[in-house]
Amino acid sequence: MTGSTEWPLWEVFVRSRRGLSHTHAGSLHAPDAEMALRNARDLYTRRNEGVSIWVVPSAEITASSPDEKDSFFEPSADKPYRHPTFYDIPEGVKHL
Amino acid sequence: MTATPMPPTAAPSAPAATPTDAPAVHTAALALGDDALVLSHRLGEWAGHAPVLEEEVALANIALDLLGQARVLLSLAGDEDELAYLREERAFRNLQLVEQPNGDFAHTIARQLYFSVYQNLMYGQLAATESALAPLAAKAVKEVAYHQDHAEQWTLRLGDGTAASHERMQHGVDALWRFTGEMFGPVAGLDLDRDALREQWTARVTDVLGKATLTVPEGPQSGAWTAGAGREGLHTEPFGRMLAEMQHLHRSHPGASW
Amino acid sequence: MATAHQPLTTAPHQPAAAAVDTAALESAFDAAVAADERIEPRDWMPDAYRATLVRQIAQHAHSEIIGMQPEANWITRAPSLRRKAILMAKVQDEAGHGLYLYSAAETLGASRDDLLDKLHSGRQKYSSIFNYPTLTWADVGAIGWLVDGAAITNQVPLCRCSYGPYARAMVRVCKEESFHQRQGYELLLALSNGTEAQHAMAQDAVDRWWWPSLMMFGPPDAESSHSEQSMVWKIKRHSNDELRQRFVDICVPQAESLGLTLPDPDLKWNEERGQHDFGAIDWSEFWSVLKGNGPCNDQRITQRRRAHDEGAWVREAAAAYAAKQSERKEATA
Repeated sequence: MTGSTEWPLWEVFVRSRRGLSHTHAGSLHAPDAEMALRNARDLYTRRNEGVSIWVVPSAEITASSPDEKDSFFEPSADKPYRHPTFYDIPEGVKHL
Repeated sequence: MTATPMPPTAAPSAPAATPTDAPAVHTAALALGDDALVLSHRLGEWAGHAPVLEEEVALANIALDLLGQARVLLSLAGDEDELAYLREERAFRNLQLVEQPNGDFAHTIARQLYFSVYQNLMYGQLAATESALAPLAAKAVKEVAYHQDHAEQWTLRLGDGTAASHERMQHGVDALWRFTGEMFGPVAGLDLDRDALREQWTARVTDVLGKATLTVPEGPQSGAWTAGAGREGLHTEPFGRMLAEMQHLHRSHPGASW
Repeated sequence: MATAHQPLTTAPHQPAAAAVDTAALESAFDAAVAADERIEPRDWMPDAYRATLVRQIAQHAHSEIIGMQPEANWITRAPSLRRKAILMAKVQDEAGHGLYLYSAAETLGASRDDLLDKLHSGRQKYSSIFNYPTLTWADVGAIGWLVDGAAITNQVPLCRCSYGPYARAMVRVCKEESFHQRQGYELLLALSNGTEAQHAMAQDAVDRWWWPSLMMFGPPDAESSHSEQSMVWKIKRHSNDELRQRFVDICVPQAESLGLTLPDPDLKWNEERGQHDFGAIDWSEFWSVLKGNGPCNDQRITQRRRAHDEGAWVREAAAAYAAKQSERKEATA
């Protein structure tokens, strides 16, 4: 059979049109960054879905851990004063 | 520009593909359309056989671009399906290079490299002319730039990859070299600077092969029967078989629509 | 408890202290699934859930890849340039769908190489439908209409599957596949309305593909081994028989407007049930094909294995080049 030379995995981010940010589209295998970009172009934008692509080696991504979900994200849930709807403004006041 | 004399060759002359009073632009559209049609077909043969799944998608993309070009070009010369399915082998005007069987992946990449560099330069020139083909060329040149990039990236990787891949790639560029001269012959209806085309093509291919640690082949780029005659309707043996496969269903049901 | 950050695609690290707490994790998982929340790659999940998903997603990916073969069989003979372009684009999509699905399986800690290895050695299956041959051009139409139609009926509910990456891959696949079924139908319609020989070709293809398409939904609910747990986990949303019935009901009027007959004398509308009754499926054929005795089992796997083996030197070359390039970069840095 074959030698084990599985190409590394890359995460693909696609900007679907100008003015929008890049969004995670999926992943693919490629031997290097140049080929990863090209494979991403062929795979994830063959229906005109993109104007710009980023590829990142999957192994290079640092992600928050689901075990830390509570300490990471819950504390921001009880600070409603960060949101404009928290404040009562008299009716008729404009441009605020 | 009107009818251009055919290049000197010892090969027997072929019957004309189009009536002699057909505008030269038809002749040109047929030549370029047949190139795209035949190469697209060859690339289509890779479906389900590519060395890695990502490459299935890449090769199909290139084949689809070429098929799209072929359909526009053939439609300029007549009915696309009649031209593709009902002409005899001797009436096809494609380069012998594009009809060469796929061989291994290195062989296919060598064919892609030679042809896409040519097609990119040729369409680039054509787009800047007053030709009726200029709009098609302007659109196609963007597609072909990508095909060239694909071929160059793989030439680098196969040439400068492992010893085995180097050997295969060198074999591919050597084996196809004798079919490259035909690209610089005159084609009626194509008003191109053929000297510049040859010069730029040679420079680019030399550069890429050098970077890929490959040797630029020596020896003739064409011969009496080996190459130089596809544009006149003289082809190589594998082409007849390719056409037989491509045309048999269509021809089995005369007049049917699909 | 804080743990080291891991690459996105590895299986989640399970902290030692939490080992005793599996019950709590399990009930949190069950609650999330019950609440229709999505499970994401690094979340805790039961081993059996992970294994079921890997098996199902891999089988799905393999089906896309093997499924390229019967249709690619006709690319070089497509009878018009328009049909040729459509068919090439469709076969290309199947390669793409295989890639999306392998990616989804990789988020569960599987490697594509390993999954392909299992396909090549027969340890993982693909849909049995692709072990039938494409004998005429009309088979390309029948595959689009019936096989892709059945696949879509199966796949649409998977867009709401509990596992996020699988659900997202299916959204993309379903969006892209909507053209696959339509082109098949249109192809058959052209044949059905064409010459006598073309019409006969279309009818023959439908005759051969109808029953295998019904088998694509899997064995009857009573005999389906994985169904129940998959329903609880919301990997599966409807039973095999339910989806099969839905498919039959969709196809009957479509066949009528095609001017073609479905090869089942027992097929008729049941006023009481508000559904069609249909004849008994020959499950012995299904099990026989599944066991490897279909017309093309060997051929399909042999071609797949050959493409993979013959491509090994290419993959190795690209890996070697990448290694050289990064060495060069380091040397000049």
